[in-house]
Amino acid sequence: MTDPRTVVVVGASVAGVRTAQALRTEGFGGRIVLVGDEPDLPYDKPPLSKQLLAGSWSEERIALLTAEAAAAVGIELRLGVAAQRLDVADRQVLLIDGSTVDYDAAVLATGAAARPSPWSATSGVHVLRSMADARRLRNDLEVDRPVVVIGGGFIGAEVAATAHALGREVTVVDPLAAPIGRVVGREVGELFVDLHTRHGVNTKFGLGVESVEGGAGDLTVQLTDGSQLTAGTVVVGIGAVPNDGWLASSGLLVDNGVVCDQHCRAVDAAEVYAVGDVLRWFHPGHGEHVRVEHWTNAVESAAVVAHNIAHPEDLRSHRPVEYVWSDQYDWKIQIVGRPVGATRHALVGDLTSADRRGAAVYTDDSGVLRGAVAVNWPKALLLCRRAVGAGASFDDVVAQLDRLPAAVAAPA
Amino acid sequence: MPRLMADVEACQGYGNCITGASDAYDIDDDGKVVLLTEEISDADRPRVEEAARSCPVNALSIED
Ligand SMILES: Cc1cc2nc3c(=O)[nH]c(=O)nc-3n(C[C@H](O)[C@H](O)[C@H](O)COP(=O)(O)OP(=O)(O)OC[C@H]3O[C@@H](n4cnc5c(N)ncnc54)[C@H](O)[C@@H]3O)c2cc1C
Ligand code: SF4
Repeated sequence: MTDPRTVVVVGASVAGVRTAQALRTEGFGGRIVLVGDEPDLPYDKPPLSKQLLAGSWSEERIALLTAEAAAAVGIELRLGVAAQRLDVADRQVLLIDGSTVDYDAAVLATGAAARPSPWSATSGVHVLRSMADARRLRNDLEVDRPVVVIGGGFIGAEVAATAHALGREVTVVDPLAAPIGRVVGREVGELFVDLHTRHGVNTKFGLGVESVEGGAGDLTVQLTDGSQLTAGTVVVGIGAVPNDGWLASSGLLVDNGVVCDQHCRAVDAAEVYAVGDVLRWFHPGHGEHVRVEHWTNAVESAAVVAHNIAHPEDLRSHRPVEYVWSDQYDWKIQIVGRPVGATRHALVGDLTSADRRGAAVYTDDSGVLRGAVAVNWPKALLLCRRAVGAGASFDDVVAQLDRLPAAVAAPA
Repeated sequence: MPRLMADVEACQGYGNCITGASDAYDIDDDGKVVLLTEEISDADRPRVEEAARSCPVNALSIED
């Protein structure tokens, strides 16, 4: 099948790579150009705070696309060169090296960047978003000095667990009393606080950071209650911001992400699509625009966009059930749906000790299952994932979970 | 016909493959992937291949 069209995909991480691959799977026979600013071949990010940082996986293991695999399906790679500007009227992407790529359809997959540290310390303060970040952090974690992690969200908690496993003394600081509570609600969030303390990691929750001073190996973190922490290395995990600044001159509507319709098409240019972390789209199930920073959303939006480009006569909507996982200490955590909007939850199994499995399931006044958090229990999560998608009743799901074999979880 | 392959050791029970193709993949009580069929038709291939590619640990492949 040949197609006279050219698709340019900007951003060569999971959303961009999966879009390019899925275009071929969907039978698109035209030209595909994949542009990425990072010099490394495309790699996957979730292991950066887990197996790669721990040293148990190699860099090769997290490759998303090799040069051979790209060539085999006719994906042209333009790596190590950032897109500088999108010219919607002339359908052209301008790259930083002065070259241009003409397109018939453009897919914006530039993801997000770690929110930078606002503190003044000159060295030894890390964020974690890229392979280069992970290499630098891994290097500093070799030094046997205490580690302070600022931000107790997913990435902060994972880095704390990994640094602890590497033998470092670790303290996590966050202004919220139960940081993961932002996602799972306050009460279940407390169980995630216990998870740190049970493993001997210190928490300073409910406290802000006043300043970080010094340099690598000798840093001082000043907290809002007047206390101080000393550290060899500080890791800042305070969220991410979408990489949409390069689109400022494009005329596209950008508002904390590229604003798209339910088919992931930019609201003001139907041949421009967005995928992954940079996508803010109208979710027909929720009836509102959302942006989601989860791996599975990147892959699912990539499949929708590839389909919509290859088959414009049969447009698909992107209406996923939110899903994210996180590995912290001996917990494999999986979260589905929107627990945080719920008003009531039930616990099934056991969420208080290391070798058990358990789940929290959530509902609101409607009595419909709104979300679930499962620990070391994929079968329960899968059940809930299907149930959220189907709009099943909370009581039915709790009864079904009670019937699952809830034995001691298999060792990871 | 295309054949499904699964690396059960690598599987972490994320379940993405099942969301994409519940006729081809499931998981057992230990959270490991189970293939529900060995072979798929060429017509099903795009959908099942995208499901396989949604596995976060690359545990799934399709061979001709
Ligand atoms: C350390 C870490 C751990 C994570 N763990 C999990 C997890 O356990 N589970 C989970 O569900 N999710 C996890 N995530 C989130 C998940 O990795 C992201 O949702 C996913 O990477 C989003 O993919 P993306 O391709 O949209 O964006 P990104 O991965 O951000 O990639 C965007 C790419 O575009 C490039 N780019 C940016 N601007 C330009 C430009 N102007 N020109 C060219 N290229 C550009 C960037 O350099 C980057 O390569 C984690 C993220 C991180 C950082
Ligand atoms: S997506 Fe991968 S890890 Fe998840 S259940 Fe399927 S094979 Fe296992």
